[in-house]
Amino acid sequence: MSDIVIASGKGGTGKTTLSTNLAALLAETEPIVLVDLDVEEPNSGLFIRGTEASEEIKYKQIPQWASSICTFCGLCQKVCNFHSIIKLGKEIIVFPELCHGCFACSDLCPVAALPMISVRMGVTKRYDLNNLVFIESRLDIGQEQAVPLIVQTKEYVKKNYSSYAYRIYDAPPGTSCPVIEAARSADLVILVTEPSPFGLNDLKLAVETIRQMGNPFGVVINRYGIGNNSVDRYCETEKIPVLARIPNDRRAAELYSRGERIYTKLPAFRKELEKVAAYIKKLSGSKK
Amino acid sequence: MKEIVVISGKGGTGKTSITASFTVLGASTLVAADCDVDAADMHLLLKPDMAIEEDFYSGETAVIDPVKCIGCSLCAKVCHFSAISRKGRIYKIDNLACEGCGYCSRVCPAKAISNHPGKAGQLFVSTTRIGCTMVHAKLGIGSDNSGKLVAEVKKRAKALAEQQCKDLVLVDGSPGIGCPVVSSISGASFVVLVTEPTVSGLHDLQRVFELVKKFKIPSGCIINKSDINLDMTEKIIEYLDSQRIHILAVLPYDESVTRAMIEERTIVEYEQNNMIKDQLKKAWQRLGELVNK
Repeated sequence: MSDIVIASGKGGTGKTTLSTNLAALLAETEPIVLVDLDVEEPNSGLFIRGTEASEEIKYKQIPQWASSICTFCGLCQKVCNFHSIIKLGKEIIVFPELCHGCFACSDLCPVAALPMISVRMGVTKRYDLNNLVFIESRLDIGQEQAVPLIVQTKEYVKKNYSSYAYRIYDAPPGTSCPVIEAARSADLVILVTEPSPFGLNDLKLAVETIRQMGNPFGVVINRYGIGNNSVDRYCETEKIPVLARIPNDRRAAELYSRGERIYTKLPAFRKELEKVAAYIKKLSGSKK
Repeated sequence: MKEIVVISGKGGTGKTSITASFTVLGASTLVAADCDVDAADMHLLLKPDMAIEEDFYSGETAVIDPVKCIGCSLCAKVCHFSAISRKGRIYKIDNLACEGCGYCSRVCPAKAISNHPGKAGQLFVSTTRIGCTMVHAKLGIGSDNSGKLVAEVKKRAKALAEQQCKDLVLVDGSPGIGCPVVSSISGASFVVLVTEPTVSGLHDLQRVFELVKKFKIPSGCIINKSDINLDMTEKIIEYLDSQRIHILAVLPYDESVTRAMIEERTIVEYEQNNMIKDQLKKAWQRLGELVNK
């Protein structure tokens, strides 16, 4: 039983390509769950196209002012570290987009005048495609905080799919809070990068982040051959395993552009993907 | 003072390479700001000197004093971010998970929890190798307040532009549709969307434009790597027309952009003659006309 998170510092390096192709390859022999945690811009679904099986609206909790009970003591404003609740004369104003949902104002209000209510933040859908279950969470436009939806999606997957051998997660790009949340408790983080100065710079940031979290991780170099060997050298110096080097090929970009699967068409791509699959299998085998 | 923000929704479309090229083309008239604070890359092309470096603090992180902790578990019970766990007799805070709400310290009966200002990152004010000023930042690992850091970078860039009598701030924006992007585009005079003709490129363009629409900011689009999928390029053009988004450039797929990057140059400075160079020059000119209209 393994949680594999596919991440990258830089966007557009091939996270979604790797996640969807890897999940499809693994699903050739056993049931697999693929989860899109890039809730701001979920893309995996464009490449999986399964049958929609279920849909759940996801909510976050924010306080709602009950004006008739309020004594205007001002404690709520004082305890909110995010300045998302203020007392203005005889009125309490809540700024939902700033609220982190810590419950402090609501729980600590002496007269319970700030009950927490549910507000919609996005939707989680399940799609089926043969052996592959695909879970996608999508943040509503205008919602600024991705983390609560990522947390709920992970809980949903844990609850429903813990019996599956592998769960593959397509993480959001970057190194800030959404990625940390996505990669938390992963059995393996795969960082996808490109052999270019931008790729290397962002890979270093991602490595710094994952090292601080302490998860096992490896690197996949995509579009291998387009740039220089600085990523190879970096991984060697830092003793980071390079799981695969996917060759640069315009045909891969063209297949991707149409939302098509790549490994079934390009044997060189498949060969590298199988290396990743073998690494995952070996890792989870040694864990058992 | 005008502010042009370049965003992309999807990563890897060429946003930073294009923004850096525009910075080179307009160097004498602008101050550049890298608001992609999560994975900032523009410095690799523009070589800023990082003359001024400042720590940026935002929010708080809670710390439990192991001597004072009585192990009552109340902090862990009230924490909604699963940031507090038992470690032997006492409790410990995972600072990557802590959102800094301060709830735990308010309820701790032993007063064992204190809040410390969280270092969110570093902010730099630099002179670039091409002479113009650039404000950029490095977000601390797992920092939560990238939106605030973005806002600070933009504020600084504007103030510096005013000081230097420059009338433009050019911003390399963040990916996605969440708080750093909202922070990047708020107050902008024009948004440049960079996309590529792929299923995900179009999908992310549409999503991020839904957000731009809410701000009612005039927009233009650059379609990069257009010949990878000409049908998709057509589809994107149809979408842009339907939304009245100006088409600033339609660029070909060209690996010399990566080669220029390896030589730490922008494509507009690269020796080789190519179409992208001319197209970007035209796009920059057109952008100037649209912004000043």
